[in-house]
Amino acid sequence: MPRHDQRAMVERKTSSAADTGLTRLAVSLRGVTKTYDNGVMALGPFDLAVRKGEFISLLGPSGCGKSTVLRLIAELGAPTSGTVRVARHQAGMQTGQIPPGHGIGFVFQEPTLMPWANIRENVRLPLKLGGIAKAEGRNRADAALASVGLAEFADAYPRELSGGMKMRVSLARALVTDPDILLMDEPFAALDEITRFRLNNDLLALWRSLRKTVIFVTHSVFESVYLSQRVVVMTGRPGRTQADIRIETVEPRGEEFRTSTAYSDYCRRVSAALAPSYSGQSTL
Amino acid sequence: MNAQSPVIARPSGAQRAMRFVLPVIVFAAGLIAWELLVRLRDIPPYVLPAPSVIVLTLIKDWAVLSQSLATTLLTTLEGFAAASIGGIALALLFNQSKWVEYSLFPYAVVLQVTPVIAIAPLLLIYLEQQTAVVVCAFIVAFFPVLSNTTLGLNSVDRNLAGLFQLYGASPQQTLRFLKLPAALPYILGGLRIAGGLSLIGAVVAEIAAGTAGAGSGLAYRIAESGYRLNIPRMFAALLLLSLAGIVIYGVLALVSHLVLRRWHESALGKDN
Repeated sequence: MPRHDQRAMVERKTSSAADTGLTRLAVSLRGVTKTYDNGVMALGPFDLAVRKGEFISLLGPSGCGKSTVLRLIAELGAPTSGTVRVARHQAGMQTGQIPPGHGIGFVFQEPTLMPWANIRENVRLPLKLGGIAKAEGRNRADAALASVGLAEFADAYPRELSGGMKMRVSLARALVTDPDILLMDEPFAALDEITRFRLNNDLLALWRSLRKTVIFVTHSVFESVYLSQRVVVMTGRPGRTQADIRIETVEPRGEEFRTSTAYSDYCRRVSAALAPSYSGQSTL
Repeated sequence: MNAQSPVIARPSGAQRAMRFVLPVIVFAAGLIAWELLVRLRDIPPYVLPAPSVIVLTLIKDWAVLSQSLATTLLTTLEGFAAASIGGIALALLFNQSKWVEYSLFPYAVVLQVTPVIAIAPLLLIYLEQQTAVVVCAFIVAFFPVLSNTTLGLNSVDRNLAGLFQLYGASPQQTLRFLKLPAALPYILGGLRIAGGLSLIGAVVAEIAAGTAGAGSGLAYRIAESGYRLNIPRMFAALLLLSLAGIVIYGVLALVSHLVLRRWHESALGKDN
């Protein structure tokens, strides 16, 4: 496909110009700390390297700065110290033309849809803000909606959709710009378990076909093990890396992985790594 | 939530019908009692006119009263338009610049808390009468629009604002595609209050003006009829004022409902 060739070209161009360390990395955080205005130190020092196309989960107790990491990567805030590097580019575009944020898709914990706009317009929003023509934007929005299985709901309003469907819309909106990096901040935390399982599978299928870099923040040990190639377990505030656990299994994963012994072994390991942060024996 | 509402929140059909039938019954009963009281006790019309007399007066004096109604409605409309445009524009200005807000907001409050009945005579000295009356309607009505619009512009969902920031939205885009739509229910709520208030402002100013000059609005008719002990006409004018207020509120409520019905909670209860 010509679009992919073009992407590869852009990639080479940016990587030669930028830090060579980013050649195969999508995101790199070095010694990053974040202290909020109220003096609370939320993060760090924290290091993270995410390869291109990798699916990693950030797992940790509440307030450990998981969401802060995502916000820093999305440039929704600046680190207090340290460096955040993101390989930003978008398929079919020269680096100079990339509108801000378009290399990154963000999925919030809440669906965060505009209640006054229908589903198609909600998904089209990033393109509209990027100045892409209405007709093209609509086509791309419809395609993104189709990829999450909601093609026939384009004209509905958010209130007419269930929680799981709204989350899919939010995912479609994040995908509509065809970003390289997908940041997901506990996207399925508010959903019931059955809906979450289904969305987990859909997300995995999407990731396999689109090969985006995904950084997935979650509270759930099981979700992190099921979805990711790598689970980064964080300590309590200020968040640091407690453990970095690679999840290796037969790909593609399916429901049988959820019931396998390998799965429960990984869950045990990840839980054990998480234990110090809630049993009070912090390693700090 | 939707699944539960038929059981808990939604009144049954009979209950809903009662909401319309009961007030009508009370109204009719009140009118009949009033009419009987006046007739049985032989109360003269200059003390308390019977409802039938009021209606007859309304028909008999329609030429005068309709003219006055038009005058008052025009004043109200002008005051309302000025208040809507002024209130929304000022709120947008406040939202764009904190300095402007800090500089001007206290004066908006002062204007709001000073009773308009006390300002009206002054305005009538300095301004032409018709202008003074419109300004009074504006002063009374603009504050709810201003404060509601400000509240609305500040009630934008934090994550949505973050999303706009992520995609590099310009301030104009954020205002047009995020802040104004998010504020719309609040703005419409402000306008609904302002509609009734601009009528009150117009009436207050007309009464103040009525003693000073040659007014012709409904409130002036009420004052004038009072001096002439033409009590039935007072009631007839009052009836028209009430009806005007109800119609203004109804129209604004309908507009609000039509604009918001696709998405906002406040408009969903009725047709869903």
